[in-house]
Amino acid sequence: MSFDSIRRGVAVATFVVAAPFAAMAQDFTPENPECIAPANPGGGWDFTCRQVGKVLQDTGLIPSTMQVVNLSGGGGGVAFAEVVNKRNDDNDLVVAASTATATRLAQGAFPGNTMDQVRWLGSIGADYGVIAVSADSEVDTLPDLLEQVRSNPSEVNFGGGSAVGGWDHLKVLIAAQEAGVEDVREVKYIAFAGGGEAVTQLLAGSLQAFTGDLSEAQGFVESGDIKVLAVLAPERLDGEFSEMPTAREQGIDAIGANWRGFYAPGGMSDAAYNYWVAQLDTLYASDEWQAVMEANGLAPLDLHGEEFQAFVAESVANIESLSREIGILQ
Amino acid sequence: METLSNLGDGFLIAMTWQNLFLALMGCFLGTIMGALPGLGPSNGVAILIPLAFTLGLGATPSLILLTSVYYGAMYGGRISSILLNIPGDEPAMMTCLDGYPMAQKGRAGEALALSGVASFVGAFFATWGLVLLAPQLVKVALLFGPAEYFALFTLAFATLGGIAATNQAKSAFAAALGLGLAMVGVDTQTGVPRLTFGEVHLYDGIDFLIAIVGLFALSEVFVFLEHRGTDRDISTKPPTEVGKIIPSWSLIRSCIPTMGRTTVLGFIAGVLPGAGASLGSFISYSMEKRLVDKDKTFGTGDPRGVAAPEAGNNAAAGGALVPMLALGVPGSGTTAVLLAVLLALNITPGPLLFTQNPDVVWGLIAALFIGNFMLLAMNIPMVGLFTRVLLVPPRILMPIVAMISFVGIYGISGSPFELLMMVGFGVMGWVLRKLDVPLVPVILGTLLGNEMEVNFRRAVEISNGDYSVLIGSPLAIGLWTVAIVGFILPIVIGGRIKRRMHMSRDEEGSISD
Repeated sequence: MSFDSIRRGVAVATFVVAAPFAAMAQDFTPENPECIAPANPGGGWDFTCRQVGKVLQDTGLIPSTMQVVNLSGGGGGVAFAEVVNKRNDDNDLVVAASTATATRLAQGAFPGNTMDQVRWLGSIGADYGVIAVSADSEVDTLPDLLEQVRSNPSEVNFGGGSAVGGWDHLKVLIAAQEAGVEDVREVKYIAFAGGGEAVTQLLAGSLQAFTGDLSEAQGFVESGDIKVLAVLAPERLDGEFSEMPTAREQGIDAIGANWRGFYAPGGMSDAAYNYWVAQLDTLYASDEWQAVMEANGLAPLDLHGEEFQAFVAESVANIESLSREIGILQ
Repeated sequence: METLSNLGDGFLIAMTWQNLFLALMGCFLGTIMGALPGLGPSNGVAILIPLAFTLGLGATPSLILLTSVYYGAMYGGRISSILLNIPGDEPAMMTCLDGYPMAQKGRAGEALALSGVASFVGAFFATWGLVLLAPQLVKVALLFGPAEYFALFTLAFATLGGIAATNQAKSAFAAALGLGLAMVGVDTQTGVPRLTFGEVHLYDGIDFLIAIVGLFALSEVFVFLEHRGTDRDISTKPPTEVGKIIPSWSLIRSCIPTMGRTTVLGFIAGVLPGAGASLGSFISYSMEKRLVDKDKTFGTGDPRGVAAPEAGNNAAAGGALVPMLALGVPGSGTTAVLLAVLLALNITPGPLLFTQNPDVVWGLIAALFIGNFMLLAMNIPMVGLFTRVLLVPPRILMPIVAMISFVGIYGISGSPFELLMMVGFGVMGWVLRKLDVPLVPVILGTLLGNEMEVNFRRAVEISNGDYSVLIGSPLAIGLWTVAIVGFILPIVIGGRIKRRMHMSRDEEGSISD
């Protein structure tokens, strides 16, 4: 505790000495904006960093190129620990996060780390969950599918891109719980390396149902290979997605959104924190970003600063209680 | 016919000065990145993404740049395999087995040129395969459920004996060690961490790049240090001869059947999501050894042993683009990165990519052809340049190897923990070499073990614990048959041949024994 505060004090002191104007002036600007993607290139977090970095630069919201650093490991845990332990007062740094981050924080999968150790900046959209079956399946509605699960759980294999206990798994369990499946632990879930692989196995006939994000399913819905039984959104989505029924309108009150956003080091100065929150806010409202969201099936989720901090806290608490209920967390 | 006219349109798109320049630059950078141990195709592509964005390139030019890097890296990986016995990336591992012995015999120039030609053949025909067969090939990928994948990976392990012919027990030990290493990390099927000792860096498992660079590159440095100043000191030996740079036509001709067969095998391995180029080059090498190695020359510098994995892994690189373009499912690490680029450029990958964005797809494919010719044209004359590496005395070369290893791994992982792990693998590699345990099966175990285990458990879990699902389809039965025959036959026949042909053992430091 005291060591930490001394460290912070020293760091602040050097910061003030090194850059007195930047620290005092309201209009903070990052010298070397950097985004850590806590995974290898090619994943959702990597996408978040690169896409946001690109639009921020294109629209002139940051003065220079956002450098993207891939720091993979521990499902984001390595990056989280790195930020908390070594980069705690870096004002130029943001880190990509999503529901997966909240899930792991809730399940204690980042040993020794909690969500209060960093400052949550804001969201850039949400990817609603879908439950889908292959186009030639006899099942047409979500209640039908869950009825099959209830009567014969071993016959219905759900597949998704996250590990057991991960968000794709939890979404099915939320729906099953709402549909009155008594022991959700009986629901079979097979983990794959990514949503695409799971959809391929759905088409190959190895699986009976797919659980994932709308963006993962989008290409296959357009081609007519799979049919979406339900979107786990509060109400129908806009545009081309408006044909997909929600779970709620089918009498199953399940909502599952994979939000995407950023956190920043816990020791970030208020000026820098406000700067990043404001930039993300402006980015979110820009036409460029709205186009990106539309193209990638991202639904609106516009939370910034304190609001977002509270949202993540609630999200972590919900997942924690759910994980306890279903036995993933003892 | 429609396909060909589409391809023609693609060439019109690709043949602008800007795109040609991008392809040339991509090929050049890719070759260098592939040759550096640690930096493989997927990292090479990832490193250049910001460049593509900063230049403000559109979708097609960006993809042309990045896939040229991809193909370039697949070519480049062989260079350090042949010259230094250090694979530049995972798929190039098998090229060490015959490439390095060839270089030691003073045929480095020929090995490099021949492998360049083999790479070209593999990539060229695989690109044709992509053009003509992509929609049909998707159906092949759909035949592979978890049970079939498990049989396929078992097949790969069953043919291991073909790689390390001298001591089956030692290669079995090495494979088991590799499988054990593959188990480290959070088990995706239960969410439970295994063998991580609470260390968060190990939760995602061991990155096989770290294992490769440690086992091959660092252990080479350790062996050098050990023998420094003794009579086995390689630094006092006269530099290895470079030899001819242009291989004779008869040499190339003798490798044509090999290239043909391995191109097909590699391509199929590439098409299957999750199998990829490493499996392609591995299966190519071991099958080819089974088929044509009558005099037991594989592993001692047989040109066919150089041509086989190179044709195989480059064909796999082309094959991996099939599921990526036709399904939106990445077949390898690199294609996962390329997919992310597509997404970042607001192009939705998926089954409709061919119809919705034909200009992107066909421009890309045309660029692959162009890049391929550029790579061949670039690689053959550069052989002379590359081989100069052999003239660098080891006392200078080895520190450079060590430096590149450290910088390369730190560049990818950004954490000192991985560096320590790499040193650990270096020590392990050194000990294993002392014990004459082959290193290739260790890497294969690490590389394929996870997929093998996960698919086994998926298959049995889906069938509710019924093991008969593993032989539940004609395809699975076929794969098992090949695996069993491939495993048993050499034990029966091999013993007899071995007595006749007592192979002279290579001195310690060779990976092939």
